[in-house]
Amino acid sequence: MIDVTAPPGTPPAKARNRVLKQNRRHVPVLATLALLIIMYAVGVANYRGFSDTQVVLNIFVDNAFLLVVAAGMTFVILTGGIDLSVGAVVALTTTVAATLLHAGWSAAVVLPLVLLMGTVLGLGMGAVIHFFQVEPFIATLAGMFLARGIALLINRNSIPITDGFWTAMAEERIRFGPGVFISTSVVISLVVVLIGAYVLAYTRFGRTVYAIGGSADSALLMGLPVGRTRIAVYTLSGFCSALGGVLYSFYMSSGYSLNAQGMELDAIAAVVIGGVLLTGGSGYLFGTVLGVLVLGLIQTIITFQGTLSSWWTRIVVGVLLFAFIVLQRAVTRRSR
Amino acid sequence: MNFVRHRLFWPAAILVALLASNIFFSSGFFSITVHDGHLYGSIIDILRRSAPLILVGIGMTLVIATGGIDLSVGSVMAISGALACLLIGDLDNQNSVIGVLLACAAGIVLSLVLGIWNGTLVASIGIQPIIATLILMVAGRGIAQLITDGQILNVTSAPYKVIGAGYTIALPVSVLIAAGMVAIAVVLTRRTALGLLIEAVGGSPTASRLAGIQARRLTIMVYVFSAICAGIAGLIYSSNVSSADSNAAGNLIELDAILAVVIGGTRLTGGRFSLAGTVLGAVLIETLNVTTVSIGIPVETTLLFKAIVVIVLCLVQSAAFRAKVLRRPSRVGASA
Repeated sequence: MIDVTAPPGTPPAKARNRVLKQNRRHVPVLATLALLIIMYAVGVANYRGFSDTQVVLNIFVDNAFLLVVAAGMTFVILTGGIDLSVGAVVALTTTVAATLLHAGWSAAVVLPLVLLMGTVLGLGMGAVIHFFQVEPFIATLAGMFLARGIALLINRNSIPITDGFWTAMAEERIRFGPGVFISTSVVISLVVVLIGAYVLAYTRFGRTVYAIGGSADSALLMGLPVGRTRIAVYTLSGFCSALGGVLYSFYMSSGYSLNAQGMELDAIAAVVIGGVLLTGGSGYLFGTVLGVLVLGLIQTIITFQGTLSSWWTRIVVGVLLFAFIVLQRAVTRRSR
Repeated sequence: MNFVRHRLFWPAAILVALLASNIFFSSGFFSITVHDGHLYGSIIDILRRSAPLILVGIGMTLVIATGGIDLSVGSVMAISGALACLLIGDLDNQNSVIGVLLACAAGIVLSLVLGIWNGTLVASIGIQPIIATLILMVAGRGIAQLITDGQILNVTSAPYKVIGAGYTIALPVSVLIAAGMVAIAVVLTRRTALGLLIEAVGGSPTASRLAGIQARRLTIMVYVFSAICAGIAGLIYSSNVSSADSNAAGNLIELDAILAVVIGGTRLTGGRFSLAGTVLGAVLIETLNVTTVSIGIPVETTLLFKAIVVIVLCLVQSAAFRAKVLRRPSRVGASA
């Protein structure tokens, strides 16, 4: 989309202007951060025990898998694409992992295998999107049907995981003090985010991702490896979904083909709330982290509220999401 | 060989292939019989079952033509069905035709309001369409459950039953309603300048605004149209099962509708659209669903079968794929 509010012809004459322009690109992320803090403050003011450090850490513990999946999604959306298959790949990963572990395979074999499977699925979708010029929405929708279909074919029931490594990973807690802890999944997800943020900001690959999102044609004319990069982001997203699936199976201690229904929308929502434009080319991975925290905080507030019926929960989630998006929009617009 | 090059040749070929595959499994598949002046048969049944998807699909087509997307259609279906069933349940005489018509009108008016809500969020507040409609998608099912108080409302109204399951002039009423809405959409977009304006907004919102097109009002209008179509589809769905089920009504229909739109050759980036293509796409998807049942594919593999057909479909539809693999005359240059 063309942004007419900032005419491209304006030359960055003064250094001061450039600093301002730089800051303007941070506005959506900063707005999200500010609103997140306000939302947290409202929670603290209204609910007893909300200020507990563990409440914040639990948001990470409960959403580590979403964070990893959303990180992969960020790369895809930055190129102007979309990946609808993530939730289904998470489900497929948990199902395959649980089935193989149940059959007595070693965790050392299963773990690389499921990660490879997700990566190959992503690679396949990326190849179809690039070589055959199929719309990302449709190619990944087919990938979603395929992954969910294979998972259902393998097993329609929930399979418990009793493997030693898996339970150890699920139960391991990194403690900072009495009652203050995070799970290993949180560490893994944060490492993924840090690597992702580094790649996006400081590597040739990351800059190519932004360039494709800005304009794929210009990127191609500049001689950037558009095809390779585009396939790579879907591969990356496939890997992140598989890793998210592994974390999900740590979290649930089971594999189920109907897991993570609608997680693709959660991931997309997290990315967009974090200030990434769906048209691509603009946004930060840090914003995605904030987006995941917003979704997690909304869930936490609803848990603290406690007495909501299931339909009021949905309405409240919608209303909070609405309030958040509109406020973010208002803040971002005023600063322009 | 000109018809092979027609945009809709490949979806039509797949549709014919799917229909033909049914002959081997049920011999009477193509027979259409007349009972009491009504037409019966598998073909009629497919048409009857595709009516809601056709309705939602044509609304979605216009939204996508403006470069937007409407994820809330399933929720709008649930809400309009819920309100209509609630009002009919409150009638003294559930068989009163005027009461039923008023209840249906109330459902459609509420859908219209929801459409204005979506359109305002997108056009006036400037929220990205996928997130703007995601809000109603999440909250909408809650609202539907709120209307029905979390219950599944059953109605025993003969006039209401007619909408989804009745016959008039030998054809199912739902098919006639869908055909009527398609006709209205075609006349409005192809016999007036409206279609051209919608395509202009989808092609470039900025350019169309500078050209003096009321892009904002037009955008709100297409979301309203989409919501009304979804509302009518919701009435058909709930009338067909004589109840309002807030969870099952229109579940995942947004994905099928988007799929139908893309199969029909409308690009998700906006611009040119094809209503006939969408109708073909919707019928194709419903044929696929009927075929999986009629050729006896086990429940576990239904989704896998669907995935394979969708993959084949989007591959043969891709000009690049045909050029590279099927060695057909290349149209890549023309379409890219």
